[in-house]
Amino acid sequence: METSSATAKINNPEEKQIVYKTKDLDLWYGDNQALKKINLDIMENEVTAIIGPSGCGKSTYIKTLNRMIELVPGVRTDGEILYRGKNILDKSYQVEELRTKVGMVFQKPNPFPKSIYENVAYGPKIHGIRDKKILDQIVEKSLRGAAIWDEVKDRLNQNAYGLSGGQQQRLCIARCLAIEPDVILMDEPTSALDPISTLKVEELIQELKKEFSIIIVTHNMQQAARISKKTAFFLNGEVIEFSETNKIFSTPKDKRTEDYITGRFG
Amino acid sequence: MNLINHDSVVKRMKPRLSKNIFSKWIFLALTMFILLILGVLLYRIFSQGFGYLDLQFLQSLPSRKPENAGVYAALIGTMWLMAVVAPVSLLLGVGTAIYLEEYAKDNWISNFIKVNISNLAGVPSIVFGLLGLTVFVRALALGTSVLAAGLTMSLLVLPVIIVASQEAIRAVPNQLREASFGLGATKWQTIVRIVLPAAIPGILTGAILALSRAIGETAPLVVLGMPLFLAFLPRTVLDSMTVLPLQIYNWTSRPQAEFHALAAAGIIVLLFMLIVMNSIAVLIRNKFQKRY
Repeated sequence: METSSATAKINNPEEKQIVYKTKDLDLWYGDNQALKKINLDIMENEVTAIIGPSGCGKSTYIKTLNRMIELVPGVRTDGEILYRGKNILDKSYQVEELRTKVGMVFQKPNPFPKSIYENVAYGPKIHGIRDKKILDQIVEKSLRGAAIWDEVKDRLNQNAYGLSGGQQQRLCIARCLAIEPDVILMDEPTSALDPISTLKVEELIQELKKEFSIIIVTHNMQQAARISKKTAFFLNGEVIEFSETNKIFSTPKDKRTEDYITGRFG
Repeated sequence: MNLINHDSVVKRMKPRLSKNIFSKWIFLALTMFILLILGVLLYRIFSQGFGYLDLQFLQSLPSRKPENAGVYAALIGTMWLMAVVAPVSLLLGVGTAIYLEEYAKDNWISNFIKVNISNLAGVPSIVFGLLGLTVFVRALALGTSVLAAGLTMSLLVLPVIIVASQEAIRAVPNQLREASFGLGATKWQTIVRIVLPAAIPGILTGAILALSRAIGETAPLVVLGMPLFLAFLPRTVLDSMTVLPLQIYNWTSRPQAEFHALAAAGIIVLLFMLIVMNSIAVLIRNKFQKRY
């Protein structure tokens, strides 16, 4: 048994599990349909980019993956999103449990008005970890994981608002790593950052994909091309095209995808 | 071709500039007028009451002889009153604000409640006195006790605390709540660990201003029938008591001029307490003020 699965892995090193299987997902804001019959399979341990013009539903989609969209009043969904085989849109699915496995990094850096240490320790603390030694380890590991440890190790007790925008965003990534998630959702994580900070976050994403499955919304197409393995192109609430990133950017199948990536609209 | 004639612009410059200067002086004059009135008021009170203000005045119980009379009972009474009003109004007020801002759905019922809370803030204090008389003094048979007075005053300042707390909670950016929810926090954890700590300066500022109002209010306590003259201190919340504004009211209604001076001295004590409380409010606001 072991040998055969090992052989299978050698024969097919690309064999990966599906983390998120979206089946016929519809979503309405009131009477306004924002997502139409979305079908996407997102694989583990790779970076999946979602691109598309403003208002195409890409942010709505990624916020549905950890049910953050429920914070918007008047949202209705139909269809299924299977996370590791279980439908997260099912009422019985505990949303808090989902969000401990699926972390999220937001468009604008949003650290808490607390110390750097407390920002990172917040997640573990709300999940009941009180042991100071373990918390210390988690904080260091997470800050190292987010490539910001060396910059902040001497001022862990200072307020997080003293950091620059790019540092704040990496702190938010560290905060997300601290709950040891399985998936990291990133909603335009670099759109509020300068080019150098953006580069650092992109390098970080390359490191993180070894351990985590990453889904990133971006309207920077070069960014999608640089960092992702697969890309989904959204337009008016529909998935127009979803395939390997290099295919999408070199030989798009759909005319609309081609128009978008060549900059003819959007 | 030019749509703006620069010559006429220059011609109109002069009246514009003089209006500009004139308006500055008008507003300065208005401010000075207010300060003047305040100054006259303070001068009258201080010139009359300052001579009576000594330790003996602070440590004596009221008396029929002006030279023996003091504000001790009223001062202690006011502190008792605060000891009831502060916890009751804070718990009820902050709790209500949390419900309205964090839990209540945005429908007509919650809007109706919100509008009415704001309206309550404008209801004359004597009406709250009547409410307290009916509910606490008579129906609950609390009599003219510390508790009856404290609960009445709590109701009086509750709307102010609720509105101030609501505003403080609303000022906490939504992105902080999202960040907390995104890490798997429950609503309650988010409120306790993120929203309230960020809202506390605003809540406390509002609460202290509301308590200052409760310290100075007289009308509702008169309606409750609180004693104006009391020569002993309350020992429990069920004992009767008197408070500073009542004591002042009592002295001003006496015919002897010495008592009027005592009233002025009492006012100085009351003003001092108010200034201290307002300063605390300002300090808290400055110390905890956070940027997001």
